[in-house]
Amino acid sequence: MLHPNRKRHTRENVTGYLFASPWLIGFFALTLGPMVLSLLFSLIQWDGISVKTIRWAGFDNYSRAAGDPDVHTALVNTAYYSFVSVPLSLAVALGLAMLLNQRIRGLAIFRTIFYMPSVIGGVATIMMWLWVFNPDYGLLNGALRNGCNLLAALGIDSARTWELPKWLMSDRWAMPSLILMNLWGAGASMLIFLAALQNVPDSLYEAADLDGAGRWRKFLHITVPQISPAIFFNLVMGIIGSFQVFTQSFLMTGGGPNKATLFYVLYLYNKAFQDFEIGYASALAWILFVIIMFFTLLVLRSSKLWVYYEGE
Amino acid sequence: MKTRSARQYRVRRLAFKAFLYLLAIGLSTSFLFPVVWAFGASLKPLSEVYRFPPTFFSWPPRWANYPEALSKLPFAQFIANTFVITVGSMVGQVLSASLVGYAFARLRWRWREFWFVCLLATMMLPGQVLLIPHYLLFKNLGWVNTYKPLIVPSWLGGGAFFIFLFRQFFKGIPSELEDAARIDGAGDFQIYWRIFLPLAKPILVTVAIMSFIGHWKEFMGPLIYLSDYERYPIALGLRMYQQVEGGSFVHYLMAASVVGLFPLLVLFFFAQRYITKALLLTGSKA
Repeated sequence: MLHPNRKRHTRENVTGYLFASPWLIGFFALTLGPMVLSLLFSLIQWDGISVKTIRWAGFDNYSRAAGDPDVHTALVNTAYYSFVSVPLSLAVALGLAMLLNQRIRGLAIFRTIFYMPSVIGGVATIMMWLWVFNPDYGLLNGALRNGCNLLAALGIDSARTWELPKWLMSDRWAMPSLILMNLWGAGASMLIFLAALQNVPDSLYEAADLDGAGRWRKFLHITVPQISPAIFFNLVMGIIGSFQVFTQSFLMTGGGPNKATLFYVLYLYNKAFQDFEIGYASALAWILFVIIMFFTLLVLRSSKLWVYYEGE
Repeated sequence: MKTRSARQYRVRRLAFKAFLYLLAIGLSTSFLFPVVWAFGASLKPLSEVYRFPPTFFSWPPRWANYPEALSKLPFAQFIANTFVITVGSMVGQVLSASLVGYAFARLRWRWREFWFVCLLATMMLPGQVLLIPHYLLFKNLGWVNTYKPLIVPSWLGGGAFFIFLFRQFFKGIPSELEDAARIDGAGDFQIYWRIFLPLAKPILVTVAIMSFIGHWKEFMGPLIYLSDYERYPIALGLRMYQQVEGGSFVHYLMAASVVGLFPLLVLFFFAQRYITKALLLTGSKA
């Protein structure tokens, strides 16, 4: 006969596993199992249809990726987007947060307006931006043309004939267009910054005032260190998100023009679901995993040097 | 002398305030422009849409664009489909994340801490790694071109972050309530269902809203799994307007986009408090 205490333990154990079972099933069937499969896939060649067509490839998929000019293009594009768009949108978010932190009236309205795009953004807003960017009939070039005409009226005659960017249709401007559109979604980071700014104790600024510190010095020596955990968080999330860009380029440019917006995940999608190269696409996915891990760990490691935590 | 410098100081302060207001108004207007611009385009006849220089609005507004846009393609069907996918996933995520969160917070079972580390580790894994195995798995189950690949995973835990939110909340509830119920003879499931779940209402609402928004906007999943356009959600349906040759559907595309955005706008304005809370919870986790 079991000891009553032991019996209770067994019962608790069973209940615990029962309650956690949805996740446990999901963990094995949808995370761990697929991870192992994906690793195996990356070592074979397969069209995903018939088991008979499976061929062992070893590390061929990985070496093929290393020499694939399209992978090279996609990596350069993704890095370009990531390294410009993430710092830029952090700066914009911080600027907006500092503006809202100035005790201005109507704060709630401004905050709502800045925050809204980051929540509602999706296919519908991408379609709207598509028409904003239209080089001939879009809002952006309409406004720029008005600006040029104003300059012309002010005496700069050549402004009337200046050529305006073709935005998504030009290989030079397509990427800046997507970066600009991404800035529109800076509101989420802004809110995290705003919450951090509101937690900076006033006494620190008052002490700095007594020392005669100017705005810029106060910003650099008080604000930035105090909100560094928020900067760190937004940076990590921004990097992870920017390496996974897909929908914008798929819908707005299809990776073009001339592969100017061929993002890494778009290329992966094309390989997997258009060319049905299961093995190669799986290898590409693992390479992406390593890249994201690398940058996340880099920021994580460096955070000890520049992130300030209260009470340490 | 003294009064003059005081006045100078006040004037400078006032000028600074005025500058801040101008900046805030200018920036917030430009944040609204894309949506206002698209709304304007959705009320124009095609000839006005293709006019240079472009205008925000043309008079009279062509409201007929809306019924026309919605009848050119089965848009009502797209909306209904979106609701099925979104609500089906949302219910699953709320229920399973709260159940699993409860297990991690209040129940004692072997290896619990080990599994918790596994749970947190899954947050680090980019979804692209699982994309292909998931597709092959669901294809072999015969689930392609059904909503199952989009809904069923939500019922299996509902994602590490939501589980984590519930766990944090349940951990903070004093055990007196639980003990009292146990003396009254309540079982574990009853305690979870009758006591803890009602207490977790703020988290419940937050998770439900985040889940709703996330699934409403989802694009890649439906793109991969759905092939019949009768089953498309709005996100895929909009693409069909975009693909009409020659750009003769632009005004309809804008009208359909406005309609697709509308539920999110309403939700945003009524539930901003909860959405903001969820965001800041994410932030404070770091």
